[in-house]
Amino acid sequence: MALYSEKVMDHFRNPRNVGVIENADGVGEVGNAKCGDIMKMYLKIDDDTISDVKFETFGCGSAIASSSMATELIKGKPVSEAMQLTNKAVAEALDGLPDYKMHCSVLAEEAIQSALEDYYQKHPEKKPTCDHPVVP
Amino acid sequence: MKIYADNAATTKMSRTAIDAMLRCMEEEYGNPSSLYTIGQNAREILEKARNEIAAVIHADPREILFTSGGSEADNQAIRSAAELGKKKGRTHIISTAFEHHAVLHTLKRLEQEGFTVTLLDVHEDGLVRPEELEAAIRDDTCLVTVMYANNEIGTIQPIREIGAICRRRGVLFHTDAVQAVGHVPIDVAADQIDLLSASAHKFHGPKGIGFLYAKKGIRLTNLIEGGAQERGKRAGTENVPAIAGMAAALKEAAAHMEENAAHVRPLRDRLIEGLKAIPHSALNGDASRRLPGNVNFCFEGIEGESLLLLLDDRGISASSGSACTSGSLDPSHVLLAIGRVHDVAHGSLRLSLGEDITAEEVDYIVQNVSEVVAYLRSFSPVWRDLVSGKTPFIL
Repeated sequence: MALYSEKVMDHFRNPRNVGVIENADGVGEVGNAKCGDIMKMYLKIDDDTISDVKFETFGCGSAIASSSMATELIKGKPVSEAMQLTNKAVAEALDGLPDYKMHCSVLAEEAIQSALEDYYQKHPEKKPTCDHPVVP
Repeated sequence: MKIYADNAATTKMSRTAIDAMLRCMEEEYGNPSSLYTIGQNAREILEKARNEIAAVIHADPREILFTSGGSEADNQAIRSAAELGKKKGRTHIISTAFEHHAVLHTLKRLEQEGFTVTLLDVHEDGLVRPEELEAAIRDDTCLVTVMYANNEIGTIQPIREIGAICRRRGVLFHTDAVQAVGHVPIDVAADQIDLLSASAHKFHGPKGIGFLYAKKGIRLTNLIEGGAQERGKRAGTENVPAIAGMAAALKEAAAHMEENAAHVRPLRDRLIEGLKAIPHSALNGDASRRLPGNVNFCFEGIEGESLLLLLDDRGISASSGSACTSGSLDPSHVLLAIGRVHDVAHGSLRLSLGEDITAEEVDYIVQNVSEVVAYLRSFSPVWRDLVSGKTPFIL
């Protein structure tokens, strides 16, 4: 049995949306080199939509595949939808990850969250207001 | 091109070893403990194997005990020495920080049972300093266990000097020689080794078989109780086919040891020279005091598992000490022991060459490792920060 699914290997071998966006609207970096995983996400946002996304990743095969898949899942989507992306969705879209690699999908979710937070910090007026406080 | 460059993990079985095994499986299938002819034929094969193995390491056949492999031999050697020590009130053991887990985890268990363990520094070159070892010996030291050659970085320890110190100080000396047997000449008498572990699948023999050498007079502790096999020290019907395969493989490896090393060593050095040309890379372990086929590098700014997977796509089988390949968050304890920081240790690559390696294959490895490292760096945020000067280079 192979270590990873075909889908993981495809995204690992041919990662989508690799690179950097100059003057990105939002940039997020998570993880640390000590643990062996760093993901950096760059977002271009127009009209509350993720018009472009690029990533750079230092990490294992599943970290690279998770980054790649996460960018595919949010590209062209409204920011509100990108906010909702979960690690589970990333892992499922990859036809699953080995248990001990699930943290790679968590990192992908966090990298996107972090880039969106950066975007809201730069554009506080865009931050969604909450009329009805959500009960945690 | 297909290149198997992970011979430190396991080796392809030799034809001679397979034939020896087949003969035992197809014809000499008797139980060595049985008195009738086919049983005694199996007994004969068993004892011939013991003689052949003993001859290779300059031991007496009665000093060779067959085990399920290197891990069992390590466990039994250390347990036995600890038991003997305890009887005399000596409960201190000296080892090194970069032993195989079969040794380290056994020592951890003994610590829980009241033993104290000193782990020696192996320095940046991956070599134990005999004078530091001697200084660590106490009145209550019962055992020194230092591996013959390291499984990840291949450094060959000053075994003869350590053996002499231990003998002089009256301390038992065990060496995990799993990576060394069949690859470098071993003489348990000249090296003054009391206990030695070996595993057949590291020298083109079958998996699941190994042996423990225990110098005459050292009372072994059983790990497995039962029948009287192996002079009562290791119960269970002997794995005759595997033992025959192991002996055949070792005999063959020993007969060709010099020519193999003479062929592989310069190719190893060619590989080291080639990989050195990759910027911000470093060889792990001393360049010359290492196993003939071992090459281990760190490449800054990349992670080892992705490197391995892409090399696999290009037909090269290798291994890495990155956390992702170990299933834990920490990279290889060996690389940390020689002072590599986590960030760099994640980007390690071990290539362990077989005796049939060619210069053309070495050049193919260099070419492909260089390309894959450059590719992975091209989208590594760590590499970007290093290149831009945001964080300083370590290598």
